[in-house]
Amino acid sequence: MNDDLRFAVFNGGLLHSTKQTEMIYLDFEKPIEELYEQLEKLKKIGESGKVDVDSALTELEEKISEVKKSIYGSLTGWQRVQLSRHPERPYTLFYISKLCNRFLELHGDRNFGDDKAMVGGLGEIDGKPVMFIGQQKGENTKQRQYRNFGMANPEGYRKALRLMKMAEKFNIPIVSLIDTPGAYPGLEAEERGQGEAIAKNLMEMTTLKVPVICIIIGEGASGGALGIGIGDKVLMLENTWYSVISPESCSSILWHSWDFKEQAAEELKLTPEHMKQFKLIDGIIREPIGGAHNNPDEMAMILKKEIKKHIAELENLKSEERIEMRIEKFSSMGVFND
Amino acid sequence: MSWFKRDKQGILTSTEEKLEVPDGVWWQCSSCKKTIPTSDLTDNRYVCPNCNYHARINSVEYFDIIYDEGTVKKLFEDLEPRDFLGFNDLKSYKDRLVDTKKKVNVTEALTVGSGKVNGHKLITCCMNFNFIGGSMGSVVGERISKAIDHCVEKKYPLLIISKSGGARMMESAFSLMQMAKTSAKLTQLAAAKLPYISLMTDPTTGGVTASYAMLGDMNIAEPKALIGFAGPRVIKETIGKDLPKGFQRSEFVMEHGFLDFIVDRKDLKSRLTDIVELLMNKSEK
Ligand SMILES: [Zn+2]
Repeated sequence: MNDDLRFAVFNGGLLHSTKQTEMIYLDFEKPIEELYEQLEKLKKIGESGKVDVDSALTELEEKISEVKKSIYGSLTGWQRVQLSRHPERPYTLFYISKLCNRFLELHGDRNFGDDKAMVGGLGEIDGKPVMFIGQQKGENTKQRQYRNFGMANPEGYRKALRLMKMAEKFNIPIVSLIDTPGAYPGLEAEERGQGEAIAKNLMEMTTLKVPVICIIIGEGASGGALGIGIGDKVLMLENTWYSVISPESCSSILWHSWDFKEQAAEELKLTPEHMKQFKLIDGIIREPIGGAHNNPDEMAMILKKEIKKHIAELENLKSEERIEMRIEKFSSMGVFND
Repeated sequence: MSWFKRDKQGILTSTEEKLEVPDGVWWQCSSCKKTIPTSDLTDNRYVCPNCNYHARINSVEYFDIIYDEGTVKKLFEDLEPRDFLGFNDLKSYKDRLVDTKKKVNVTEALTVGSGKVNGHKLITCCMNFNFIGGSMGSVVGERISKAIDHCVEKKYPLLIISKSGGARMMESAFSLMQMAKTSAKLTQLAAAKLPYISLMTDPTTGGVTASYAMLGDMNIAEPKALIGFAGPRVIKETIGKDLPKGFQRSEFVMEHGFLDFIVDRKDLKSRLTDIVELLMNKSEK
């Protein structure tokens, strides 16, 4: 990793806070953007001192809050997908830097190389060691390429497994932060056994002796997400999705066109609420209003609280109990007539 | 995952699903194009006598090939797929299920058989490509799960014959979680120290490759089968280059270290016998 990137990693918060000055609005957020523009104008008028705008300002701020509640309170599946991919959304290393008082990033699968799309290492949350693994996306064009858009190769899954086995050896709980558009569908990925790497993780994670908490923090696309997604607790942030296929690819295959992604997103029932209702995840973690990117620091604090709570709960159980419950949970997934 | 079939015809055309089990008097090999009497093909375990092309067959034919005559019975056939999500694309999943069941001679994309192979008990989970592209729905996972319980209870070895386009999109995340479910269940088979043989046949892709297909104590494959995680079309689109000849075929996958050996269909039964006898110490003393 070069110095620029190292800086970016440990100053993720700074990068985010500077970006807050120029909010990026998604199509369905246009009404909010317009209200904020009005608010800016009104403030300027107020600053000029000619007119008293205080009551108008209060009224407008209340309106913004109402409109936000109504928009974010009834998001469609596709809008969740859009928020999960928001260019300002915090990524894995940002959260790690906020959660931990110290963090040692660990590299390499000891076999082929070091996958930049999959990061991991030993951290410490309020004095307690935690092993982190997770996909990492980049924050600008150069970094996005460097991180391969969060699409891991087999060595990424093998690096994650190596770190999880280390955690098991030293009795350290594991936190997996999931954010990927999928495992990388490349030629070398196939040569090096993408399928085998993911499959092995599924089986090995099932029987890890330490607590494993998996959290979807962005995109949870198919086997690439599941490859680090077997845990005692599988949680999703509010504006994320988890599905067997992306809405775009689903549209392309089943509708023979890229134009049905919104409909595919609805049909796939990929929101955290659906996943919880289907008992395919264990819980939903709320985000600051408007999404994690609106207040990354608050999001990190919420995440920290959740992680600490779940680790404490899981450490009350014996490892055999956790493993048995893990197998039981995943074994009962599926719907059929019998 | 199911990207394998991202072509203009889509996932569910009849050509995609068509088994190469012939119904007429003559059969034309899709590899060497030679036309031969159908009986020559069936007598040769559905392998082209001219070029050794292994035609796509399903559980009905595989059970005939591997099991001793009259020993096989199907298990867990009462488990049936259900349109829990009410999934609609150009066609409803409900209608797809009804139409598929009318067309094919199997009840799901995977059939479980219990029988004897040269006198040794073996449970086989065999995928059926003619049932919605051999896609992994909830019933596929549940039948494997029940088959594993059965093996553990009776101390039988397990064979899974994979042949799949990947996930069943119409079951969305339930389909995805079958990867987790089957892998979790396989830990119980492993803990019981019972052999699991994974046989990959043409094609084995997507979520099936990224779960049980690659988790055998022995991973074996039929010759020239397409085996991979991402489908060739998607990879080609991603890298913007043509793929090398033989890419993702059994021989390629073995060369890269992911298969123990490749087995001709004519030798399948005797190789399975070898594995079971050696791993379970069952040879005649
Ligand atoms: Zn031929």
